[in-house]
Formats: sequence, C-alpha cells, structure tokens
Amino acid sequence: MSYAVETRDLTRVFSGKKKRWWRRKPTPDEEESLGPVTALDGVSLQIREGELFGLLGPNGAGKTTLIKILATLLLPTSGQALVAGHDVTKDPFPIRQRINMVSGGETSGYGLLTARENIWMFSQFYGVPSKVSKARIDELMHIFGLWDKRDAKVRMLSTGQRQKMNMIRGFVTGPDILFLDEPTLGLDVNAARVIREYVMNWVRGQAGKTVLLTSHYMAEADQMCDRIAIIDKGRILACDTPANLKRMIRTETTFQLEVDTIRDTTSFMSLQGVKNFSHKDDISKNRSHLTFILEDEGPVAEILSSITSQGAKVHSLQKSEPTLEDVFISMVGRGLD
Amino acid sequence: MSVATDRRTDLKYRVGLNLRAVVGRSYPRIVGANREPSWIFFEAFLPLLGIAAYVFIYQFFGLQATAAILGNPGNPPMCGDHVCASVAEQNQYLAAVNANTNALIASVVLGGTMVAFWLNVLWSMASQLYWEKEIGNLQLYMMAPMNRMALLGGMAVGGMVMTSMRAVSTLVAGIFVFGVIFQVANPLLLLAVFFATLIALYGLGMMFASLYLLWGREAWNLSALMEEPIFFSSGFYFPLGGLFRIPGWGPAVAIAGSFIPASIGLDALRQLTLGSTAFGGSLWIFNVTTELEILVGMAVLFLILARYCLAYLETLAKREGKLTSRHQ
Repeated sequence: MSYAVETRDLTRVFSGKKKRWWRRKPTPDEEESLGPVTALDGVSLQIREGELFGLLGPNGAGKTTLIKILATLLLPTSGQALVAGHDVTKDPFPIRQRINMVSGGETSGYGLLTARENIWMFSQFYGVPSKVSKARIDELMHIFGLWDKRDAKVRMLSTGQRQKMNMIRGFVTGPDILFLDEPTLGLDVNAARVIREYVMNWVRGQAGKTVLLTSHYMAEADQMCDRIAIIDKGRILACDTPANLKRMIRTETTFQLEVDTIRDTTSFMSLQGVKNFSHKDDISKNRSHLTFILEDEGPVAEILSSITSQGAKVHSLQKSEPTLEDVFISMVGRGLD
Repeated sequence: MSVATDRRTDLKYRVGLNLRAVVGRSYPRIVGANREPSWIFFEAFLPLLGIAAYVFIYQFFGLQATAAILGNPGNPPMCGDHVCASVAEQNQYLAAVNANTNALIASVVLGGTMVAFWLNVLWSMASQLYWEKEIGNLQLYMMAPMNRMALLGGMAVGGMVMTSMRAVSTLVAGIFVFGVIFQVANPLLLLAVFFATLIALYGLGMMFASLYLLWGREAWNLSALMEEPIFFSSGFYFPLGGLFRIPGWGPAVAIAGSFIPASIGLDALRQLTLGSTAFGGSLWIFNVTTELEILVGMAVLFLILARYCLAYLETLAKREGKLTSRHQ
C-alpha cells in the first residue's frame, strides 16, 4: 500500500517565550501561558494515495501545525513525517514539487497585481511554463467563476473572490497532494459549494491525487471526506470513515434541546448517564442550544428538571441520529464553536 | 507513488525552475510598482528635492569663491591666499572653481542615484522577508521547490529595474536642471563598475534579508538605523576621500562606510565620469581598477554569505516555528 502521507509518532513542541532580563517578571498565570506548548503529541497517521482525508479538531488542536510540518515549513521535534514517500526533514525538494497548500482567510499575493498575474507569479515558483500556466489559470478561473475578475487588482477582490483565487493558486501548479486548511472559512454558501465540488471532483476524477482537509464545518467534512481523523490537544482520538465514526456512538443517544438562556451548565456533567454535552448560546433570541450524548434515555427527565429549576423554559426537545458533530462532542467533550 | 507523481529533478529542469522563479518574483516589482502614477512624485520628484539642497549649497560656495576671485571696488581679486598677479592667473582660478563646483554637484547627483539603490536595498530587500511573513507570502515561497537564492535574486532584479527608473530620473535632472557636465572616457569600464556595484550592493541586501528572517519588527528598526548614517559615512553627497582628510575620527568613519559597496562604487563612478584629476586628484580612495576588483570581491563574498546565511536561518526558523508564526 502506498501512502501519500504517513506520520509516525510525530511530536511538535513549541518552546515558550525566552526569559530576557529586560522583560518584566511574568505573573504565575502568564508564566504558565509562556511555557512550552505541545502542539502535536505522538501523531501516527496514514493517508492513502487518492484519498480525501479530513482532520477535525477545535482551535489549537494541532491541525495547522501538522499541515505545516507536512508542507515542509516546520520541523518536528521528534517522530517522522513522510510525504509522497520522502522525509520532510531530510528530503524536502521532491515533496515541494508535489504539494501545495491553501489556507482559509489567506491574504497572500500583491495587491497591485491582477488576480491572473498573482496566480501566474506563484506558478513560476514551481517552474510551470508560462503558456501552460496561463491556460490552466484561464480554465480554473472559468470553473471557479472568477473569469470576470481576471484583470481586477487583488486588493479590489472580495473575501470570497480572493479565496477562489487562492484555490486556483493551489491547483495551478498541478500538485499530487493538496493541503487545504479550512478552505471555505468565511465564504458564502455558493462560493463554498463551488470549492467543495471542485475539490471532490479533482480527487475522484483522476488517479494519484490526495487531499488533506481541515475544516470547522462538520457537514462539509462529512460530505467530502473518505476518512476523518479527530484531533484534540495534539492527539488523534479516532480515525475512520464518517459512517464508521457515527456507528461508534450509535449505542448512545443524542438529544438536542432549545431552551431559554441558562447560566449554570456545570451540573449536567454530574448527572448519571450523561456521557458528554455541548451548549451554544443564541444571544439575539435569548436561547441556548444544548446537545447531550447519553448512555440511554434515562437522564432526560433529570436534565429537564435541572433546566426548569433554573427558571428556563424548554422550547424544543429532539432525539436525533448521531452526526459527525455528535461523534466529535462524544470524543472531545465540546463542540467546535 | 504512482506515475502521476514522477517529477523531473535534472539540472536543466532545476535551472529552468529557478530562472522562472527569478522572473516571477521580479515581476511584481517591475510591473506592479509602476502601476501607481504617484510613484513619479514619490520616487522621482521628492528625491530631487533632497539632492537640490546639497546642489544649492555647493553652488553658493562656488559663487562665493568666484566673487572673491573677481573682486569688487573694496576688495582686490584674490587667487587663493594672494592677490591675483594677472588676468591669466585670475582666469585659471575661475576655471578651477567652476570645475570643482561642477564636480561637487556631479558628485551629489551620482550620490543621489546611488541613494535610490541603497534605500531599495534597505527597505525592499533587507526587511522584505519580514513583510512577506506579515502578509502571508513567506510560507508560500518557502513551500515552493525553487531555490531560495532564486527568490532573493528575483527580489534583487526587480528592485534594480524598478529603482533604475528613479536613478535615471535623478541623473537626467542633474544634467538638465542643475547643468552638470559628465566626461565619460571609458564607457565600458563605467558599465562594469556600475553593475559590479549593484551586484555587490544587492548581494549585501540578500545577506541582510537572510539575517532579518528571524527578526520581527527589529528588522524595521535596524533598516531605519542604517539609513542616514550610511548616507554620511559612505559619502553619498561628497567625495568619500574628503573624510579621510579629517584628522581624528574621519578615517575611521570612512573605513567603516567603505564596507558598504556603494562607497567604493561611487568613488569609482565619480572618477570615471569626472576624470581622476577632479578635486586635484586628491579625494579618491583607490584607483578605478583596484576599486573594481574590490567590488567584484564584495559581490562574490556577499552572495556566498547570503546563500549560507539563508540556508542556516531557514532551518533555524523552521525549528523555532518562525516561518509561519503569523498563522499559527
């Protein structure tokens, strides 16, 4: 089996801020936050060639660090990472020929150049002949709906248009392995849909293409990915197909409630039978949305009683089939938001 | 891996890759910067005001000296420290004053052209990788298969071409507005010195760019710190040899300034455009051939140092996570 990406016990520790004599002495709290941070803690993963692989995790889970190591931008502290069969530390050149990376909210490029010129410029760093590059850019601009903006200066583009330009930059060099770090972040529904569809067609429509995608959007990962790894605090908690991940918690029961905004949520975890829960406040409507992962339906009465005892009203209660988000909550103990 | 992943690694491919990278990286500087008409005001007109101040001071000195030689009803015509013995001697002194005034103004105009390149090296080469990191380009550059020297080379080529426009406008203004007369006896040697100066200067910029890679805003401060002192110690607005004649601190400052290739380059360019006998031939550092050799040596040295500094500091930055800190 050939792997596009393989990591073995990969660890990355960011050393904290160095103490300098001219800096004031940090408070104990600051001292803790300035200390070393373990961004990746023994990550072992195999991503097969031709796979669209998802990486789900909350902020600070280590997703971007992993991608930066695989993109040869960061050295691991220990362990090994292989991309296209080459070690990221010892042999980066053949890796760089085969990869590209697009991050959500990216502001790369030069505002004075047009969208077309910017993409062309980046393609030159990969040695793509100008004629080939320009033909690819034109084709991709049509596909991504950016053709009308081809001669617009980058600084005049909207966030969505800019992200489409970044996506074209990622594809124009003809990579075999593409790292997409939250590529649809902040995009409108249509722009996100265009990008998702193109990425899926790109991987599935030709042999030897692999995508490693990180996303905040569970539905996006569910829809797009062949397999998904859930990462938290630098550790891989689970790695399987979306269907298998959901099957893992099928024995559990998921309830979703919409209630008046409640303040005390600490008591829920102490209720017997509650495996995990998450809550999200909708301040504009003065409501809280609660999701409970329960061992069975037993604790529902106690949960309702706990809510009403705080003077809050229950507006809806729904038992649902497990989603990827439920899997995530079950494993990480909180939602992505 | 599959057939789809087979990639070329031969020498021809690598040369082509890196040449394309140089062209690609120089493109935004050559094309982009001149898209804003305001560059004419900022890059051509404002610098002229800077050199005009020196030109007017030197013209005033020239007029004072001329007035002394011509004399007036209350004062006899003076030729140096004595009264002119004849009209012929008076004319000889007047010619010398005119020649020296022209040489001083020409020195300022040449210095003004070199200032453009020095500012470009400081602000668009040395601290550029810091800005690239800030706008998110650096990680994309470092992820690409091109050689890092191609990246710096592209920045340098683009900078040279872009700045040449400012330099040419300063030179043209010097000739037409300030009436400077240049006498070029050896144009080929002049071109050789000019390009050797630029390569050495941009080689220094490439080395600075490597060193600045690890620094944050300190890079900006260092560039600011080096701007004005170098104008002085490198003799941008006067012949550097004059500093050597100041007793005490003069030679030390001049020697320190000579480590910037622009100093030696300017000295050689002034000799080649004004004649080695200008200023009585006493204000030059070395002869042109020696200065060209020094410049070539500096160019090679700085390029080699830039190559090794960048390789070392890139590894260090990858270890410390400073290539991509903006998005971490």
